[in-house]
Amino acid sequence: MFAEAIASLLQDRCTPQAVRAIEQGGSPAALSAALEESGFHELLAPEDAGGGGASWPDFHRVIELCGAHALPLPLAQTMAARAVVRAQPLPNGWITFAPWLVREADGSLRAGQVPFGRTASHVVGMAGDVALLLPVADARMEANGVYGSLAASLRWEPDAGTALDVTLPAARLQGLAAAIHASLLSGAMKKVFDLAMGYANERAQFGKPIGKFQAIQHQLSVMAEHVAAAAIAAEAAYHTEDQGLPAYAACAVAKARTSEAAQLVASTAHAVHGAIGVTEEYDLQLYTRRLHEWRMADGSETYWHRALGALCVQRSDALFVDLAREVFA
Amino acid sequence: MAELLDRLQRAELPAAAQAFRAEVKDFIAREMPPLGADVRARSWMGFDAAFSRKLAARGWVGVTLPKAYGGAELDAFRRFVLVEELLAVGAPVAAHWIADRQSGPLINKFGSEAQKQSYLPRICRAEVFFCIGMSEPNSGSDLASIGTRAVRTERGWVLNGRKIWTTNADKCDYSIALVRTSGLPADRQAGLSQFIVDLRLPGVTVRPIVDLSGDAHFSEMFFDDVLLAGDALIGQEGQGWQQVNAELAFERSGPERLYSSVVLVDAWIRWMRRNGQIEQHAETLGRLLAHLATLRQMSIAVTAKLAAGESPLVEAALVKELGTTYEQEIPSIVEAALGASPGQPADPELLRAAAYLSHMAPTFSLRGGTREILRGMIARGLGLR
Ligand SMILES: Cc1cc2nc3c(=O)[nH]c(=O)nc-3n(C[C@H](O)[C@H](O)[C@H](O)COP(=O)(O)OP(=O)(O)OC[C@H]3O[C@@H](n4cnc5c(N)ncnc54)[C@H](O)[C@@H]3O)c2cc1C
Repeated sequence: MFAEAIASLLQDRCTPQAVRAIEQGGSPAALSAALEESGFHELLAPEDAGGGGASWPDFHRVIELCGAHALPLPLAQTMAARAVVRAQPLPNGWITFAPWLVREADGSLRAGQVPFGRTASHVVGMAGDVALLLPVADARMEANGVYGSLAASLRWEPDAGTALDVTLPAARLQGLAAAIHASLLSGAMKKVFDLAMGYANERAQFGKPIGKFQAIQHQLSVMAEHVAAAAIAAEAAYHTEDQGLPAYAACAVAKARTSEAAQLVASTAHAVHGAIGVTEEYDLQLYTRRLHEWRMADGSETYWHRALGALCVQRSDALFVDLAREVFA
Repeated sequence: MAELLDRLQRAELPAAAQAFRAEVKDFIAREMPPLGADVRARSWMGFDAAFSRKLAARGWVGVTLPKAYGGAELDAFRRFVLVEELLAVGAPVAAHWIADRQSGPLINKFGSEAQKQSYLPRICRAEVFFCIGMSEPNSGSDLASIGTRAVRTERGWVLNGRKIWTTNADKCDYSIALVRTSGLPADRQAGLSQFIVDLRLPGVTVRPIVDLSGDAHFSEMFFDDVLLAGDALIGQEGQGWQQVNAELAFERSGPERLYSSVVLVDAWIRWMRRNGQIEQHAETLGRLLAHLATLRQMSIAVTAKLAAGESPLVEAALVKELGTTYEQEIPSIVEAALGASPGQPADPELLRAAAYLSHMAPTFSLRGGTREILRGMIARGLGLR
């Protein structure tokens, strides 16, 4: 039900033209207002508090659609922030996460490659295990210069921001942030897969649709396997629970598996599309550029494989199959 | 999105299946023979009739078959748990494996009452073992082209032809053979039927084939004017192709398509701990863990479809292709790790396990349908064919 509502809204408002315009520095105000009016910010808040009362699996389905539409705003992070920070009101506007804040020698705070740093108004960050609310307006912003990217590195003065009243180890927010990108990746990969399938059925060479060639079929079959694996891993994370949030190890698997698939899915989609796929005017690039950015966001598979490896190292008693089972238990 | 991917829905093992796991673990702890990693690596290729009988005594052979025929009547989920636990430790299950997974369910689904009464209780007691007679020297991937033929005569069916790659035929009592009962190989799927062939009948010759690991786990079967009783036909004449396809969904979706090499991971971890190398390979271990946890979810999704009485052939093909790729990566990674420090003494048991799996790994994506064939099936499932 939440998914249907957001699907039609995104279909109407988050068009490829709108995404392009915002990426090129246009104002997101119209899209932003439409989403705010719809009340999606409060999706995860309990119904008796005026929220949507959505579960984490509902949330996942909604974010997958944000990924599939290349939504240029941190809707997922904003919804999740409101679920994590319950004790005090958060400001209106768009909130994104920076769970790996670094305190520099001079006391200033640095957050590298903050997803949606260019369109968010606030950041919920973790400096060690201290949660902070940081206005983006107070930060020095360094855009990364990557064409169309909405991520940015942010730096705040030592006294910036306010402490948030949440007790949360940094790892928990890191896991949640990663799981969000896993869902975004899953949604974007499904979209990319659909585009590749559609193109393979339509584009003809040597007198038949290229999808009739076995070599292309096999590429698409392998792509389907990885999209399916990524989708089930991302979804499974939200069916685990540890103190009200998806469990850390499950988030780790979700992000690792989706990040790894993202590279294969993006490159295969481009291979199937031939030259047209890399053009600005064709929509595929809106999603594959994100696959690369989101693969790295909140930890690439390298980071999360290491985190999972550390869990293996700690558990000298368990069979490997038991470890694999417990991740999603 | 592509309808195929929508059909692969996340599912959960029901609570009863979860609870069942403790029973299985307990049984394994008591009854599993002490075996080296290299023997455990053989697992569902490792034939140990005595172990199969112990499982049968516990009620765990023919686990999904009805109680009326001696089965345990467990659902597909509990079978998943049983299979998973046995493979996780590399239990030698080959003897009863095929009967439990394919032949028993096939007889139960398509067999006559007399056939069920005759075979199913013996399967459940691990008294008789089955093998799968599909492939022929000239019919591998193109299974519909088979030429082995059974002709109806006044005395019964007369069988002539040859099967190959039949896993454990030399140690089995019966083979369920896919043969032609009408038409020509050019008629493809039409005219194929399945027979239960007693491998002790006159005219049957079974010749084991030694593989590159020195094992002889598969065989050739020759049929020379083998006289089959009328009741050897299973299911309906001419329906062999449909029957075989229902069987293949069981063959392709299970944990054995993820866990062929998993014993090696445990052995490798133990070795790395002893050598203080585990931190160095933590990232690789984490990746293997992420993949396995995900593949398990996919395999459970297919199991849920089987439990619902569906025949999810394409979904099973998708999981099998990804799963066997994973199974093949493990020995490749371990081999590289073992050779990373030249001059270092090796642990012979680990080396043998890694060697066995490296040698056999190419078969993981052959047996049960090759990678290319499965990708073709997925492409068809996606609507590209
Ligand atoms: C360990 C093991 C156990 C087995 N156990 C059994 C058993 O118990 N019972 C049984 O009946 N069979 C068994 N088999 C046989 C197995 O099912 C076959 O090996 C398999 O179906 C492939 O057939 P083939 O070996 O004749 O190869 P071929 O069919 O000759 O294929 C050779 C290569 O060509 C490729 N190829 C073929 N056709 C196409 C195509 N149309 N498009 C693209 N590529 C193609 C294949 O993918 C493969 O790479 C077993 C095999 C192995 C390895």
